[in-house]
Amino acid sequence: MKVMLVDDSKTMRNIQKGILTQLGYEELEEAADGLDALSKVGAFGPELLLVDWNMPNMDGLTFVKKFRAQGGSAPIIMVTTEAEKSRVVEAIKAGVNNYVVKPFTPDVLSERIKETLDRCAAA
Amino acid sequence: MDPAYITPFVGSISNVFETMLQLPVNVGSPSIKNNGAPTYDVSGIIGMTGDVEGTVVLSFPTATAERAVTLFTSMELKADSEDFADAIGELVNMVSGGAKAQFTGKSVAISTPTVIVGSQHNVYGRKDMTTIEIPCSCDIGDFNVEVALLMPAAAPTDA
Repeated sequence: MKVMLVDDSKTMRNIQKGILTQLGYEELEEAADGLDALSKVGAFGPELLLVDWNMPNMDGLTFVKKFRAQGGSAPIIMVTTEAEKSRVVEAIKAGVNNYVVKPFTPDVLSERIKETLDRCAAA
Repeated sequence: MDPAYITPFVGSISNVFETMLQLPVNVGSPSIKNNGAPTYDVSGIIGMTGDVEGTVVLSFPTATAERAVTLFTSMELKADSEDFADAIGELVNMVSGGAKAQFTGKSVAISTPTVIVGSQHNVYGRKDMTTIEIPCSCDIGDFNVEVALLMPAAAPTDA
């Protein structure tokens, strides 16, 4: 499965890469912000995206809206420090499928990925 | 500054360090920071804007910061590495974001982090803000969180 990691922090992308690799996902692409991600989704064709909210150049919410507007249908998990309920609702309305609040444990991210993929496969 | 704006940081510091570094933190009593007193050697800085304005600084001695980054990234990174600064930035991002989430009913945005690496530097906030210093200690050493926020009219609730 192709997974795209969109986060301006290389540290966070590395942590997520480690967890995904342990889960058996090896086709990974990285993007440092929403603009970078938009330029890569066409060629990479992600089947799952983990997207941060606060990033320079283009934030995660704007990216999600643009990706969905372009017809991107892959499931998206927002992985962010934005923990307020109003933010979660805003993200879901924009097209996010699931939500993980930083800080997170590997177990939480793993469970959320499985839950998201199961839910999308059943839909 | 209303203590209700400091308490969220106390909880957030412990949550971030215990979750991402598996490191319990003893959080000491917050106090007003004297103007001009230097922070430690490595500082991650986040700005807050909106209904709550100000800055949050997470500051470490170099050795403590390097140990924290090693635990966080599972890599040994020296303080002059770009990836080291990235890791410190992500830590202050999580501490600030976790605290901000507890400012119930307030619309607050946080900036992307800035990291300063240099011995005994000073971080000066806005002159109309009082800086509160929260001393922290853990197995890898001592560090501080410095919070300078403009007091809005009403304190956050526990709802």
